[in-house]
Amino acid sequence: MQSPNARPSGAGDGPQSPAENHEGHAPAPAAGPETYDDPWYDALASGWGEPAGPDAAVEVPAARRVQRPGPDGGAAGVYLAVQRSAAFQEVRSRYRRFVVPMVAVFLGWYTAYVVAATAAPGFMARPVAGAMNVALLAGLGQFLSTFLFTWAYARHARLRRDRAALELRWDTQERARGLRGGAS
Amino acid sequence: MTGGHQTLALLLFSGFVAVTLAITTWASRRRHGSAEEFYAGGRLFSPMENGFAIAGDYASAASFLGVPGLIVLFGYDGVLYVVGFLVAWLVVLFLVAELVRNCGRFTLADVVASRMRERPVRIAAGASSVTVSVLYLVAQMVGAGSLVALLIGRTSQAAQVWAVIGVGALMVVYVSLGGMRATTWIQIVKAVLLLGGTVTLTVLVLLRFHGDLDRLLLTAAARSGHGPAFLAPGLKYGADWTARLDFISLGLALVLGTGGLPHILSRFYTVPTARAARRSAVWSVGLIGAYYLMAILLGFGAAALVGPQTVRASNAAGNTAVPLLALDLGGGPDSTGGTVLFAVVAAVAFATILAVVAGITLASSASVAHDLYASLRRRGGRQRSEVAVARVAAVGIGVLAIALGLLARGMNVAFLVGLAFAVAASANLPVLLYSLFWRGFTTRGAVWAVYGGLVPALVLVVLSPVVSGSPDSLFPGLDFQYFPLQNPGLVSVPLGFLAGWLGTVTSAELPDEARYAETEVRSLTGAGAA
Repeated sequence: MQSPNARPSGAGDGPQSPAENHEGHAPAPAAGPETYDDPWYDALASGWGEPAGPDAAVEVPAARRVQRPGPDGGAAGVYLAVQRSAAFQEVRSRYRRFVVPMVAVFLGWYTAYVVAATAAPGFMARPVAGAMNVALLAGLGQFLSTFLFTWAYARHARLRRDRAALELRWDTQERARGLRGGAS
Repeated sequence: MTGGHQTLALLLFSGFVAVTLAITTWASRRRHGSAEEFYAGGRLFSPMENGFAIAGDYASAASFLGVPGLIVLFGYDGVLYVVGFLVAWLVVLFLVAELVRNCGRFTLADVVASRMRERPVRIAAGASSVTVSVLYLVAQMVGAGSLVALLIGRTSQAAQVWAVIGVGALMVVYVSLGGMRATTWIQIVKAVLLLGGTVTLTVLVLLRFHGDLDRLLLTAAARSGHGPAFLAPGLKYGADWTARLDFISLGLALVLGTGGLPHILSRFYTVPTARAARRSAVWSVGLIGAYYLMAILLGFGAAALVGPQTVRASNAAGNTAVPLLALDLGGGPDSTGGTVLFAVVAAVAFATILAVVAGITLASSASVAHDLYASLRRRGGRQRSEVAVARVAAVGIGVLAIALGLLARGMNVAFLVGLAFAVAASANLPVLLYSLFWRGFTTRGAVWAVYGGLVPALVLVVLSPVVSGSPDSLFPGLDFQYFPLQNPGLVSVPLGFLAGWLGTVTSAELPDEARYAETEVRSLTGAGAA
């Protein structure tokens, strides 16, 4: 499956490798006129049937079905290789290890809130202090927990995922480009 | 409502229309006519701008007028309703925003179609997106009609009809001429107006009670006639087990539906990277959360200062709570302050509806042109520019929404919004999550997931007490009610997930490993993202 041109997985591009110099370039690859061997980009970058405008500088292949490379070579091979690389597996597991339990927690907490409010109104009506009762506190708790989870997710993504993902993005696009260069 | 309110409200609203039309003109002069520009506004909005625009897209008239109204009439159960709208954003932020930004280009169908056989999947996802959008649009149009009746003080049919037609015509102009760039700026202006108005009213309410929240709540409870029960759940959704299950169903639809709303998904394509999409979702959580907290406070404030009897006398559904509160806070019906505040609130409510309908119209015209028309047009037929088709689609959807909005005039706005969320949660979210996270997902699974959620959701609504079998239903004379709940979410969301799983395990097609690898790598790294 692995294309001969694809570099061996994870060689020197682990999540820990420095990426400061890439940090500021995040939007650049998307804005530039380079093409990647990329079925989404080719087929959909500009709408179909558009007159050649400034955006049509991207050469759109006539038939994407023919263009889409099989799994044994081309871009698909690059993506398979990247998917199997240790660096990518690390990013993915960091994402999943954070998101799966957190989603379970907040959905559970919200379900508990809704079920308690509908099934146990007596408990929810119990006064706590002054006008405050359990229901009002739980409602405020939902707001607070939403803000807290949002903050935690953004922080986790920024510190634990962004840099490695950016490295991988560059690496994947480099590989795809190298492949095209080698083939033509 | 006296003539003073009316004139001033109309003046302010005309000012908003003039500003938005100026934005539209400006945006259409700079456009290049590309799909990138029309659907995604050039993808160069900043996270803060997009966060405001998302907040503008999300906070519809239902939340500006409806939520405080619910709280005035039913106390805590109004709070219960709001929480679902906010918690939903965690689903969007954690599972949808970044990944969709990385994988798709303009629509939900892009994400799914990229790893499946394109045509059937695009048609299915496009059809369900248009259905969701049209339901949501009709809700807003109905809201616009009744708002005019309430705020301008003319309850005549003609005023409502003209309001619906006027809103429809304006949204078509915004969308077909200005595209995403104009729509986004309109959302931003509207979000700022809405937040400004809400902050002003909240400060005035707090000043009235000298910052003593406890006294505010106790006064509200005392004036409601329910006593402490006003501050606890049960007044609206606690009657019997059907009502309770109905609320659980609605809660599920709200939390899972937001991630499948086409006009929310399309907002994430207007920023350059997934990181920017994440940051705009964080902004919108902050803005929407703060806004809902203030809306809750305004609800209890209206209960304490205006009282449920006065509100109910003005509008049985409670939709006039905020305007009446503004009148009271400004110094009463005959004071200048009261007149000005009332007019400001009325104009903000109009602006809210107008901006929301523009956002939804744009998203559905993208689904029609980019997904449905592109898949269904005859091969070898005359090629038309996709953007031209999208502009025509915006006009068509506008006409459809006006027609349905006029037909559905008597229907409850909150119900229609809940229904749109239920359909989004049943038809759009399962297919989206399966495509992003399930290696073995196949084309048949994708198609079944969409129709397996869409069809039950719609059928259950037709069989529900909303349509027949009860005095308040659409056809009170008929009785083909077989499903007890008003909101189908509790049944149709699991069915959508089940159908997607069933379609996948029964299909002979082997899942395409390479294309899943591509989806996974793209979704998490942004490689090759648009």
